[in-house]
Amino acid sequence: MTALTLVIKSCYRDSVALLMLARTLRATAGVSEVAALMATDANKALMAQSDLLTSDAAAAGPNDLVVVIRATSAGEAERAVGQAADLLSAARRPAEAGGRPLPRTLESARRHLRGANLALISVPGAFAAAETLKALRGGLHVMLFSDNVPIDDEVALKRLAARKGLLLMGPDCGTAYLGGVPLGFANAVPRGRVGIVAASGTGLQQVAILLAARGEGISHALGVGGRDMSAAVGGLMTLPALRALAADRATELIVVVGKPPDRAVRESVIGTLRELGTPAVLAMLGRGVEPGQDGAITTVTTLEDAATAAIAMLRGKRWSPEATIAMTTEARIEETRKTLTARQRAIRGLYAGGTLAHEAALILESLLGDVSSNLKPGVERRHHIVDLGADEFTVGRAHPMLDPGARIDAIARAAKDPEVAVLLLDVVLGYGVAADPAGDIVPALEAARAEAAAHGRGLAVVTTVVGTRDDPQGLAGQIARLEAAGAWVLPSNAEAVRVAARLATG
Amino acid sequence: MTMIDDLLASQVRIINLGIETFAIELQGLGVPVIHVEWSPPAGGDARKAALLAALADEEEDEA
Repeated sequence: MTALTLVIKSCYRDSVALLMLARTLRATAGVSEVAALMATDANKALMAQSDLLTSDAAAAGPNDLVVVIRATSAGEAERAVGQAADLLSAARRPAEAGGRPLPRTLESARRHLRGANLALISVPGAFAAAETLKALRGGLHVMLFSDNVPIDDEVALKRLAARKGLLLMGPDCGTAYLGGVPLGFANAVPRGRVGIVAASGTGLQQVAILLAARGEGISHALGVGGRDMSAAVGGLMTLPALRALAADRATELIVVVGKPPDRAVRESVIGTLRELGTPAVLAMLGRGVEPGQDGAITTVTTLEDAATAAIAMLRGKRWSPEATIAMTTEARIEETRKTLTARQRAIRGLYAGGTLAHEAALILESLLGDVSSNLKPGVERRHHIVDLGADEFTVGRAHPMLDPGARIDAIARAAKDPEVAVLLLDVVLGYGVAADPAGDIVPALEAARAEAAAHGRGLAVVTTVVGTRDDPQGLAGQIARLEAAGAWVLPSNAEAVRVAARLATG
Repeated sequence: MTMIDDLLASQVRIINLGIETFAIELQGLGVPVIHVEWSPPAGGDARKAALLAALADEEEDEA
């Protein structure tokens, strides 16, 4: 084994570009391990953990790009380092095609693109607040995709945005649509008459694709960040977002998606919606929320219900929660249960989408109790839900919607547990995410089922695909890929969770 | 009409800082976008970068 290091001084590449580079290099003959990272202290600590912190890498600084390659022979390591250097110099630079070099600052970018009205910011969290401040001061609206922004910074930035009449979406705003333009991780959905204000990404995506599947589109969808409706932030962006959607001519109904807000914020939200008069659905994903209708405002507790309630209201129909299981589904549940042993009673939820993981934990808790998750502290219970996008999995690693590594490891671990009956997963398609999300996890799912079979037991894989037929990955192909691997693909996360609960308990 | 109303009624024109694939995908959709060849300011010292950003024409926020 030899380890070789390539250090490129003062060269920045984003985490996604580095992920793609590392994946390409890992597939090279003789290469066993690759680190391709900016040499920040946090990343150096990660490299040390995997024994890849060579002396050259240790000597590099935070603005230096480091590639460390471990290979079976010196020749193979050298070839891979050469390939890394070639790939980095040949990286596709958008906009450079026009012959002009890319701007290096926000200020010079404004001279390149006259009339720019939005900054899409996804720099590392530690620098995100400073860039957002510059953008807001320059009069730009901001979508802040970056996470790990301290709440004090969020409050200060949102106060500034509010004073200037600007929209600040985020931090940790994974998804938005402005006038049909998908921003961040977003599915290809039609334009339409539903406006969305959402705390976070995958909740918004789930509602949007369920609406699209039933023939309804999105006017605009504004992500406000998971903390906007907390007491500390006080709905600083939720309220202006609601007003803007109500004033928008294309929007006929507003869906608000988030965790139950602070009491005072909830009153402001409801008061504002009443004053505006636009019909609304509040999808409040939390304990103790009572679904029901109050005038033109319907409160629901799942993302699936948010979509069905919105459609019923738009079409002037009565709505009731959708928690039934079809007869054909019942038959398949019985068939699948026959493959499980008496000991297999546990569900492992391995999620790429944070809001989907949160929703799964809530629904399972209401159906089965005995549920734990990494979203809140506590001991691990029989049924356990993991949000693989949580900070503990993403330090120095791209989000699980791009990098399947953490989920592949978790699938392999769960398959060895003789009590696990069901692997419950989401597969998220759309712009910005992996090119083949189903294909990335199918080998791990096949291996998991084979591992279980070798020990004389079955293993149910229950999934939902958050996607549309117009997504770049293609919905039908992704579903077929999962089904061929023995996975059961259901149309919504809520339905997948209900099926998983039945499989685990009968 | 507020500035946010105006944003919703206009063609979005985007300055992209950070993940380059976002700019590439938006370009593919025909959306006006410029990618910034961003690198961490203040030599990669996040605290210093935040201080510098806060100090730069602070009085502007009060205007």
